[in-house]
Amino acid sequence: MRFDLKILASWIKPGSTVLGLGCGEGDLLYYLKQEKNVKETGIEIKEKKVALCIEKGLSVLQGDINKEILDYSDKSFDYCILSQTLQQVYDPEGLIKEILRVGKKAIVSFPNFGHIKIRLQLLGGGKAPVSRELPYQWYDSPNIRVLTLEDFKIFANKIGFNIHKKAAIKPGEKSHEGKIVKFLPNLFATYGIYEIGK
Amino acid sequence: MNRELNQIVEKQFFSIKDKNFTLQCGKSLKDITIAYETFGRLNAKKNNAILILHALTGDSHAAGIYDHKDEKPGWWDVMIGPGKAIDTDIYFVICSNILGGCMGSTGPASIMPGKKRPYGMNFPMVTITDMVRVQKRLIDHLKIEKLLAVTGGSLGGMQVLEWSVRYPDMMESAIPIATTMKHSALSIAFNEVARQAITSDPNWNNGNYSQEKKPDMGLSVARMIGHITYLSDKSMRLKFGRKMQDKKDAPFTFDSKFQVESYLKYQGQKFVTRFDANSFLYITKAADYFDLEEQHGDGSPVDSFLNAKARFLVISYSSDWLYPTSESKAIVNALKKNRLDVSFCEIESEWGHDAFLLQDKRLDKMIKGFLASVYEKTEDN
Repeated sequence: MRFDLKILASWIKPGSTVLGLGCGEGDLLYYLKQEKNVKETGIEIKEKKVALCIEKGLSVLQGDINKEILDYSDKSFDYCILSQTLQQVYDPEGLIKEILRVGKKAIVSFPNFGHIKIRLQLLGGGKAPVSRELPYQWYDSPNIRVLTLEDFKIFANKIGFNIHKKAAIKPGEKSHEGKIVKFLPNLFATYGIYEIGK
Repeated sequence: MNRELNQIVEKQFFSIKDKNFTLQCGKSLKDITIAYETFGRLNAKKNNAILILHALTGDSHAAGIYDHKDEKPGWWDVMIGPGKAIDTDIYFVICSNILGGCMGSTGPASIMPGKKRPYGMNFPMVTITDMVRVQKRLIDHLKIEKLLAVTGGSLGGMQVLEWSVRYPDMMESAIPIATTMKHSALSIAFNEVARQAITSDPNWNNGNYSQEKKPDMGLSVARMIGHITYLSDKSMRLKFGRKMQDKKDAPFTFDSKFQVESYLKYQGQKFVTRFDANSFLYITKAADYFDLEEQHGDGSPVDSFLNAKARFLVISYSSDWLYPTSESKAIVNALKKNRLDVSFCEIESEWGHDAFLLQDKRLDKMIKGFLASVYEKTEDN
């Protein structure tokens, strides 16, 4: 289990209902189902990934998260999870508002564009940064909304949601290891994980 | 094909002895017989039964062979059998021929009670609902209180949807494949052209034909039309293109044949040896009249699933133009709005509507995983 997912999973209360948006191959949902007995629903756009989820016995729908979420009524889920997906969303404000409507709580995580290595690449090399967390070139990146931990805080104020819980993390060499970054997180953490609510 | 793996199966018959079994159209039938086959074993808890529902021209012979000389296994043998996605080492599988069919169940070709001739067009109009009500009686007869899953594609998928709202307490899960909540004008149009091909065959004779003088021409054209709708533009390009059947054929004559023409003609001719023309008329009409929304939701797709309880896996195919993905998504949308547990996948395929009958690892793995997960849960409880 990836370190960021482990932290995220530790925040979920056992037995809750969870909507995983952009759930990929369903690793997190599978873990939550097995270990926390959650009732899971996933939405994923890629056929291959949806098929892998269904093979694992997960309840997952193929579709566009921005459209599929509109079908759910208010407070349908205990948690809405947007894990490593925000940076690929065309309309983050619209989607964040939707997950706060559909979920009693929401959890959002994303790679931190303020990390020192990224800052140095731009400063020293003068080129668009490419990192382990954001491994694409400017011309083929699906990550169209790179943001820093600081940006997210400002975003919260602008949109008007509260940050209940946060963890700035830096995974180790092995993806399942890592540590929480307390000192200058916006400079030294590679990921941010947030529990938010209205 | 590995013949060793093919299971020998036997067609069985179940009779409904009601004096009158009233149909949705208001008319009634007596002495209904239903042909069915079973595969695998029902376990002691009776919680491993899966009901398979066949499409327009299918039958109870979903898998296996009748004897060792039998060359052709059942119509969904790629899916059902020992070690396969619907694993008969684990599950008990049941498949029956639909009411109105011609493969052992009561239909227009059956002899009318007390008469010496077949029903023909005196057979009452049957609906998807009637087919499902009869299947329910068979499940009662087999003393199964709750099916683990109900699944089928196309017209079989319509029956799955009907099952899910009519008998929600009798099923844990539903797997409707390449299907729709109601026939579109396009589907009705194709069916009507196919029916007219039959009824304009002089041998049809208002449905009163003998086995020696059947409306074979009309039925084979009807089948050819059907086959076009089961394929796709892309699959026909890949399969036939503009290739000629015989390279030596001289062009610009009516005798030479494109491969696609030969294929359709062959399919048509093969079909008339096994299918009854009147059955074709009745079943296509049942498909056209099917409207889950109107019947169960007063026109609202969401309301039509108010009673449903099953866990759903909905499957569509990208190149299916008979029941396109948008129609499966409408089902998914209605299920979601009822807060039902639903999974959905659109399988990328070039093979049109017929794709669900072809060997496909993606479908196999999904169905296998889905069933395992549903079964595990019933075992826990």
